[in-house]
This record gives sequence, structure tokens and C-alpha cells, in this order.
Amino acid sequence: MLELIEVHTYYGNIHALKGVSMTVAEGEIVTVIGSNGAGKSTMLRTIHGILRPKKGTILLEGEALEKLPSHKIVERGISQSPEGRMIFPRMTVQENLEMGAYTRKDKAGIAQDFEWVFKLFPRLKERINQKGGTLSGGEQQMLAIGRAMMAHPRIMLLDEPSMGLSPILVGQIFETIVELNKQGTTILLVEQNARMALSIAHRGYVLQTGEIILHDTSAKLKEDPMVQKSYLGAN
Amino acid sequence: MKSFFRRFMRPIIAILVIYLVFLLGPIAGLDFPIIVGRIQESPKMLVQFLIIGLANGAIVAIIALGYTMVYGIIELINFAHGDVYMIGVFTALSTLSVTGALTTNNPVHLVLGIVAALVVAMIVCASLNVGIERLAYRRLRNAPRLAALISAIGMSFIVENIGLIWAAQSWLVPSFGTTGGGAQKSFPDLLSKIMISLNLDPNLLASTGLGLRFTIKDLLVIVLASILMIGLRFFIQNTRLGKAMRATAQNRDAAKMMGINIDRVISITFLIGGGLAGAAGLMAGLYNNTAWWFMGFRAGIQAFTAAVLGGIGNITGAMLGGFLIGLLAAFSDGYMDARWTNLWVFAVLVLILIFRPTGLLGEQVGEKA
Repeated sequence: MLELIEVHTYYGNIHALKGVSMTVAEGEIVTVIGSNGAGKSTMLRTIHGILRPKKGTILLEGEALEKLPSHKIVERGISQSPEGRMIFPRMTVQENLEMGAYTRKDKAGIAQDFEWVFKLFPRLKERINQKGGTLSGGEQQMLAIGRAMMAHPRIMLLDEPSMGLSPILVGQIFETIVELNKQGTTILLVEQNARMALSIAHRGYVLQTGEIILHDTSAKLKEDPMVQKSYLGAN
Repeated sequence: MKSFFRRFMRPIIAILVIYLVFLLGPIAGLDFPIIVGRIQESPKMLVQFLIIGLANGAIVAIIALGYTMVYGIIELINFAHGDVYMIGVFTALSTLSVTGALTTNNPVHLVLGIVAALVVAMIVCASLNVGIERLAYRRLRNAPRLAALISAIGMSFIVENIGLIWAAQSWLVPSFGTTGGGAQKSFPDLLSKIMISLNLDPNLLASTGLGLRFTIKDLLVIVLASILMIGLRFFIQNTRLGKAMRATAQNRDAAKMMGINIDRVISITFLIGGGLAGAAGLMAGLYNNTAWWFMGFRAGIQAFTAAVLGGIGNITGAMLGGFLIGLLAAFSDGYMDARWTNLWVFAVLVLILIFRPTGLLGEQVGEKA
């Protein structure tokens, strides 16, 4: 469904992605694990058109994305819950969610997706008229994911949904991600928390200083001695 | 560096400013016994200055909105904005001239001429402002902020000179005896003319015998400015595009990820700001009855101060700041000396920047929970 072919991205003079290739098939949860600064967020921002690749191609169902402006990419069915959540702090929960559906015109579908979000995150419904900036960290993460759901994407990019959350909340968020995937959303999950990510993903890629160094099913990655040592904290 | 400024420089500058105010105060007409005496002598004048202050403040507020909206969305002080307003004054005057409204005594013709001048001034200023953004700011959006700021000052000079050339065209701007583009041009008092042609007194309070002046000019400015402000607030709060503008102002990258076309939203911000400046141009022309190529400078400083006073980037703040600056200017004009009004406006700007850089309203909610 989504395919990256030899993508190179620069951040100023820094060569952040050095020829990354990967695929995500329809209905999958694919995770990209890697340490801080490996280029995970750069990859998602490149897919979304916020950053431009210098070389390489990004295909969504065979159609090239890398030259499109980001609002066109969103229209093609990609949405993102970005790193650091990036909710709109001075807009209400309701308005934040409306922004998620910005490119859509189908009123009935949007109303349905509001229900979909509130069913998954009842907390957001309780806080519907509260300003985004006044929510707790966990609630902001729910809002960021809910906002990405409002685009009713074909593929959702999740950037570090576990960041800054308590283990209980992380568990809840990951259960929600599995639930979302069961309901038909393809998911590309970027995580530092490799243990959690590999526990729910079908396949995984290991990104290290801008290069994919390993790629396998989650089960096999969990057994891999290098992954165990570097990312799962085994001795 | 910042804590050094907080600890040492801030009190020093504050003391310096207060010292200057007390030193220059008497020269600048800030003589409390005299002012208090004049207020006691004629409380009516206080009400009169309040009316003048509100009307002028409404105009300042409308211009300040253009500064604050642009700052809110791209963090740029659009120094050319005051000059866009000046172009609005000349566009309105030229429209009135070309449509023959300046020479007629027919009230219907006059009203239609004024409506046409409003529409044309808003369209011209909106297009000009959008053009300025395209030409001078868009390609500098990711450059260091100073580059865009200098570009803005450059655009200000260019627009001022367009105004200077415009003012010299006698077929567009009736000269009424003045020569050259540099002179102050008269903007005829058409609103009073309408009233007189209908055998009504331009002063709406004339029959009350209070001895106060609340003219048709005050009424028009306050009503029109209120309509524009309420309309703008509704647009920003409730429409899809207005929400997209707020989202873009709060987090540009996140707005892009929502599928918002940032370039378009920024263009629309300049479009609205320019349209408001055009409307302010017509109002100011009809109210103050002058047109001058350099008038955008003073108006720009007052409006910019108003925007900072209210909290730059905050729409409600700009409206509040506009009215406060208008009142301050009216009191300074009335009780001190009109020549020193700019000093007081600048003093407010300096004091606000020292003691409350976020302005009166500032940001209501922090970025992080």
C-alpha cells in the first residue's frame, strides 16, 4: 500500500535518511524502531510532505507522493499523530477534532467519525469544550490520535504515542491502536519503546542513523540478539 | 543574558523612562493641576474627548487587527501595513472623485459614492496586501526573521512612494489649491454634507441642548468598525477557514498535517488584514478629513502600539488596545498638546514592552499542559 524506495532526506546539511526503503501492506501494523535521532520522525515527516526527499520515491498505491504538497497527501488518505502530539493548545477538543477532518466534505461521515473517536476515547467526550492546552499528557495523546482518526485515513502514521506517558496509559494507548487496526486502519508506528511496539506489530524495521539495518516479522525481531541487546534491554 | 536583562537592565530602563516622563512631562503638557482644573471646569469636555477617542480608537483598532493577525500567523511585523491603510485613504478619495461624489449635493449620489469608495478601497488594499506577501515575504518565510522584517520596511518605503506619486495626480486627487504630492490633501466632509442636504444637523445631539457633539461621522465610524470587528470575530471563531487560520497560527506543521493549505491561509490572512485597512482608510478620510502620503506612518505606529498593548497575535487584544490608544490620543490632544501625542503613544509602547511584553490579554493558555 505504502512504499518507500531509496528515500534520502536532508535536514539542512545533515543527511538524515540515507536511502530508506520499506513497505506497508494494507491492514498491517508495521513498526519502525530505533533510538533517538535515528531518523524515525524525519521519515514520517518526509512521507507527509513536511520535509522533501532529495532522492527516492514514496508511493501510495503506486502513486508518487514526494512531489505533492502536504494537503494533497492528506487528501490521498494519510494522517498522522505527530511526535510531541502537536495539538492546537488554544482550540477546544471539538475544534481540534474538526481540524482533523479538514479535507473532508461528507458531513454524515464526519459525524460518524466523531462517534468513533468518542467510543474509543470517552475521556475526550467529557472534555469536548476544554482547550487542548489544558488537557493532561495522556489526554493530549488521545486527542492527537483522535484527530488523526478524524481524517478517516487509509494509513495512519503514529509517532511515539508512548512518549511521556505512564506504563498504564501506554498500555491503554497500544490497546487502542490494535483496536483501530482491527477496524481496518493500516498503521505505521514509530517507537522508541521497542518492546511495546513489537508486541502489537506484524512486522518491524530497525532504523539506525538514517539506514534500515534490519527488517523482519515482529516475532523474529524479538528473538534477534542484536535487537534484544540494543533495543529490548536484554543482557 | 535574559536573566541579566531581567535583573539589572529592566529596572534601569524603567527608572530612565519614568525620569524622562517627569522631566519631559511638563514640557509635553503633562501638568496635573492644570489638567485636573480643566476637567473640573468643564466635565462636559471629558465626555466630548471620550467620544472623539472612541471614534479614533475604532479606526486604530481596525488597523491594529491587520498587524496582529499577520503577526499571529507568520510572526512578522508587517511594517507596510500602515501604508496600505494610507493607500486606502487615497483609493477612497479617488473613487469619490471619479464617481463625482465630491461635487454633488444629491444625498443619494453621495451615499452611493461612499459605499462604492468603501468597496473599492477594501478590494484595492486587500489585493495590495496579498501582493506584498507574495512578492516580499513568502520566499523569506524560512529565512532568518530579520530578513523578512527588513523586507517589510522596504515595502513600507515603496508603498509610501506610490502614495506620494498618487497624491500628485490631480485627476485622481482633487488639489483644492495645494500643489504637488507632498502636501496634505483635503478629504471633503461628505457625511456632514449629506446631513445638510437633507436639512438635518450633522451633530446628532444638537437638539438635546447638552452642548456635546456626537456627529454623523462619529456614528458612522463606530457602527462600521463594530460591524467589521463582530464580523471578523465570527469568521475567526466559527467558520472552517477561520479555524484553519487559528490552527495555522498555533502550530504550522500540525496544520499542514491536517491538510490545511498553509500558503492559502496566509494569503487569506493578508487579504482580510488589507481589506480592514481599506475600510479604515475610508473611515479615517471621512472622519479626519485629510489625506497625506505619510499618514500611514503615524497611524501605523499607533496601531502597532495598540496591537502590542493588547497582546500581539491576540485579536480581542488588538480591539481593546485600539480603543485605549484612541482614548489616550484624544486626551493627550485635548488636555495636553497634540504635538506630543506620539510621545505618549511611544511611552506606552516602551512601558508595555518592559513590564508586560505579552500585552494586556497575552496568551490565555500555554503551549504545554
